[in-house]
Amino acid sequence: MVDFGFYIICGAAVVLLATQAVSNPTAFVQITVFGLADGAMYALVALGYTMVYGIIELINFAHGDVFTLGGYISAAILGFFAINEGSFTAVNLIAIVLVFPVVMLIMGGINITIERVAYRPLRNAPRLAPLITAIGMSFVLEGIMFLWHGPATVHFPDILPHGPQFQTTIGGVFVTFKDGFVMVTAVVLVTLLAIFINRTKLGKAMRATAQDRDAAQLMGININRTIAATFFIGALLAGAGGMIWGLYFNNLFYNLGFRTGLVAFTSAVFGGIGNIPGAAIGGVLIGLIAAYSDSYIGSKWTEVVIFGILIGVLVLRPTGLLGMRVPEK
Amino acid sequence: MTEPTAVKRLSLMARLHLRERIRDRDQAIYGILFLGALVFPMATLFITGGSTAYISQAAHAGTWVLLAIGLNVVVGFAGLLDLGYAAFFAIGAYTYALFASSQLGTSPLHHNFHLPFFLMLIIGMLVAASFGALLGFPTLRLRGDYLAIVTLGFGEIVPVLSYNLPQWTGGINAIGGIDQPWLPAWITGPWAGANSVSIIQDATCRNPLAQTQFIPCFSFGFDPVAYYVLIVILIIGAVILVSNLYRSRLGRAWMAIREDETAAAAMGINTVTTKLLAFAIGASFSGFAGAYYGASFDLVSPDDFLFVVSITVLVMVVLGGMGNISGVIVGALVIYFILNTLLPSLASNAESLANSIGLGSLNTQKGDWPGLYGEVQRLQFLLFGLILVMIMLLRPQGLFPSRVREQELKHDAVVEEETVAEQVPSR
Repeated sequence: MVDFGFYIICGAAVVLLATQAVSNPTAFVQITVFGLADGAMYALVALGYTMVYGIIELINFAHGDVFTLGGYISAAILGFFAINEGSFTAVNLIAIVLVFPVVMLIMGGINITIERVAYRPLRNAPRLAPLITAIGMSFVLEGIMFLWHGPATVHFPDILPHGPQFQTTIGGVFVTFKDGFVMVTAVVLVTLLAIFINRTKLGKAMRATAQDRDAAQLMGININRTIAATFFIGALLAGAGGMIWGLYFNNLFYNLGFRTGLVAFTSAVFGGIGNIPGAAIGGVLIGLIAAYSDSYIGSKWTEVVIFGILIGVLVLRPTGLLGMRVPEK
Repeated sequence: MTEPTAVKRLSLMARLHLRERIRDRDQAIYGILFLGALVFPMATLFITGGSTAYISQAAHAGTWVLLAIGLNVVVGFAGLLDLGYAAFFAIGAYTYALFASSQLGTSPLHHNFHLPFFLMLIIGMLVAASFGALLGFPTLRLRGDYLAIVTLGFGEIVPVLSYNLPQWTGGINAIGGIDQPWLPAWITGPWAGANSVSIIQDATCRNPLAQTQFIPCFSFGFDPVAYYVLIVILIIGAVILVSNLYRSRLGRAWMAIREDETAAAAMGINTVTTKLLAFAIGASFSGFAGAYYGASFDLVSPDDFLFVVSITVLVMVVLGGMGNISGVIVGALVIYFILNTLLPSLASNAESLANSIGLGSLNTQKGDWPGLYGEVQRLQFLLFGLILVMIMLLRPQGLFPSRVREQELKHDAVVEEETVAEQVPSR
């Protein structure tokens, strides 16, 4: 009955979009391209939310700021290279290839530290205590970025190939190298994550811990290490996401992570919180919805649309798109 | 009351159970807070020589105390996480601002309302409560955290709506020129800085029955002492209401649901209605506080109801000790003090400290260095975050945890230790 309502709303949205697509197909595909690029970045952040929530049922408010800090740190490290913003040089390529893993590892380390300092001591405390420390850590990270560069927008070096030779028009749709780069990187990272979760022993341990922490412990899984690994991997993706965001939009600001984090969290819920493919799909869908709403409804209404969807999904289909029905304990 | 003669014989001390009350932590906190509230205006007027700035600050802090008391019903009593509490605050404030200013005259409605404050206090409360019920009705069937996420979404939508509907809410320009509360008369005296006790009736106010007529009255205007008295009375009323609710059948039902929803349902508690009541009552306090806020600030802008507000109130509740009303009040005052007095004054204090110990050169701006004042101001975020993390690590159960909760935590800790003890030999 309730699912019925969900399908009706989805169907109505698809029909409305289809009419737009038929009336102006070029514009529609163009918006879809933008939406996919945005969605790829949301997906990278959403994965961290969903993994952490799946394993310790914590809404990790600091995650959005880990993402932004990833952007800030990668901008700082890129400053050490003789990068050329005007054109694409070999140094640019080397810089990008080198900085990516470095930033990811740094963010992973930072997130493990955060978990160790702020969440682990509170694992048996009342449930809201770690939520408050997560908010506190979010303020701390924002404070560090604020202290570092102040309230102004920070320029991120524009070092990806850009310019007339790196963009094409396919049937009237304008596609740049950047769009492709963002999507391909995100797909590669998500695939690696899926392989890791499904094929490795640590991935198996993570899944087991998410299902039942006590039972997993009895099976000889080191819970603390598994949870730390979850935070580490979430931050790897968030750090990469921050750098990709910087490379794509070329600017960052200290509280960027707040809104991005909320949107990414919405994506995670949309896909079914705790569900890894769900978060990836949810991220892409929310990116698309945001792009369609920006162009067809007006960008000032996008936030209402996104959070309206969040409420609608939870009311009509609380488990999200891919989530499974979990019996109440 | 069965033996009136026996009661009469007891001394006043014994009749109030004063000694036991002082020994009881929560009663002692109430006592200290009440005395503090009585003494505070006189003390600051005396110390500052008639400046009402601190009283005005205290009256503003009272709004947050009201909010924290209301959120405590939702989070502390019923165990429902509400991350969009500011939305109900906004609804209360906008309800008052729209129906007690000239705003609706310029809206598509083309008709002004100037309803009196004390009526609007009730209406704001009811409107917020019904929004709470509307939002809660479809969502309270869900498991715990989903409610948090729905309220988070709602809390994001409400300020965006008020930005985007300027023809109704004034949008980014906010609603100003809001009516002040008024009473037929007011008593002033030495406690408010006046020379003698007298009745004041120094303004003309709109007659609530015939809106075009004006009658002599005492308008609150921008008199901080009057607002202070009003908010203290409102808080006392709220505390009495909420603690009675807590001790009632409904309060016990909330506690049962918080501890184990399935078991509570098996005991015959209608979980949906009970949770809905907690949600709506919590929202109604927020609406109440919102109406007061609109009146005392004279300006209602969407910026006042962002996610940060919900988070701040939640921090107040958790920090004070969830489920314990007196603790929550202290938590609200502590956080308000940190955010509005301690952190903002830090920058100028650091500057004068640097001057006095001979590091005055730090104060000037130089290249990347924004000067000590600017640097310390930038530190505020970081410090507030660190304070939150530190307090939670040191006292995860809050400053003054509720007695019932404390027992549960002890029980949990014992169980935890037992399981750990069982595991040790097997390793």
